[in-house]
Amino acid sequence: MATLQERRAESPSAVTLVLDVPGWPGHLPGQHVDVRLTAEDGYRAQRSYSIASAPAGERVELTVQRVADGEVSPYLVDVLEAGDQVELRGPVGGWFVWRPQDTEPVLLVAGGSGLVPLMAMIRTRRAEHAATPFRLRYSVRTSADRLYADELEPAPGLEITHLYTRVAPPGEPRPPGRLTRADLAGVPPSDCFVCGPTGFVEAAADLLVDLGHDPARIRTERFGPTGG
Amino acid sequence: MGIVSRGFQGRPRRADDRLPPGQYLTEDFPVLSAGPTPRVPADSWELTVATEAGVRHSWSWSQLLGLPAEEPTVDLHCVTKWSKLDTSWRGVSLDVLLEDVETAADFAMVHSYGGYTTNLPLEDLLDGQAWLVHTYEGEDLPAEHGGPVRLLVPHLYLWKSAKWVRGIELLPADEPGFWESVGYHDYGDPWREQRYQGD
Repeated sequence: MATLQERRAESPSAVTLVLDVPGWPGHLPGQHVDVRLTAEDGYRAQRSYSIASAPAGERVELTVQRVADGEVSPYLVDVLEAGDQVELRGPVGGWFVWRPQDTEPVLLVAGGSGLVPLMAMIRTRRAEHAATPFRLRYSVRTSADRLYADELEPAPGLEITHLYTRVAPPGEPRPPGRLTRADLAGVPPSDCFVCGPTGFVEAAADLLVDLGHDPARIRTERFGPTGG
Repeated sequence: MGIVSRGFQGRPRRADDRLPPGQYLTEDFPVLSAGPTPRVPADSWELTVATEAGVRHSWSWSQLLGLPAEEPTVDLHCVTKWSKLDTSWRGVSLDVLLEDVETAADFAMVHSYGGYTTNLPLEDLLDGQAWLVHTYEGEDLPAEHGGPVRLLVPHLYLWKSAKWVRGIELLPADEPGFWESVGYHDYGDPWREQRYQGD
């Protein structure tokens, strides 16, 4: 059982839920949780959400993007208030994770809200003072849609590149558009983490293979078109 | 039943006895894979069944197509909570493939192009419960859904229905596959909601 401590707007359609989870065993960045809601008649609905925060005691942060015809996300984004409780199960998933003791360079490729589990990796890298080189390629519609805009700044060993798909801000040399081969070129062999909608992940993973990355080092997490 | 979520309505209830607990219906066909989609040309695809005695049986694409085909229509249940009803496939029953394979094994490890693995009791692959499928809704199975050939074991969560299948290893003892070794359930019965280890 988790209690909402605080909510933070991240974009017009995404909110971060700061949860207090007594007994939380800790997590690895990249893992997710199952959130279960129960209606008055006992009807239940559950969905998976990526953890956005680095491990920090019993505090767990989820960033939830509102899915227009979704069943669970509109409730979490628009209705859930501080003090409310939700059932939470996790952490889940032991494949799409980065471990701070891994020292190989890391390439993170995010499509939209696919940034969330990758942000947990960036935050964990920072919290652990890891020197592992990180490169983030973040495909996002417009500047206003960026998640964690104030926090995502380049730092020593952390390279951040925004790839705007609809509207680029003034001064951005890259014309807006979908991810291309050039956007992912010039990266040394790395542990690659790709997360986003299915079409984006398919395209990005294919480009990485085409650019010579070892398929066994490309880990993917895909959001289906249904979501919730 | 858990605590009531204040103000949560949920979607209209449907009396659907085909939906396992914790699942919701979807009309489209989401893609979930752990890595890049392997591109395996059908004419170089091959399936090998290896017994616990080390005997190997192999089938090429054209040999697979030469075996008696079935056209199962089944419901799919993914551990990520979506279910899709009445999907139609064409392929070969594992009963046909394993008919002449001599084995005393109780378990199977399924291997895919790209390195994916998943484990099942052998009995769950037999008696009309599992197929090697190459056609989905009348079309060649797309690569992102496991083409040219995937396993279809619809009575278990969909991660057991390995995409891009290339081998079945028959084993005397159960061993965890890819997802099973990182926290997912060894058996994965959606009707008992066996999502994770310990369920």
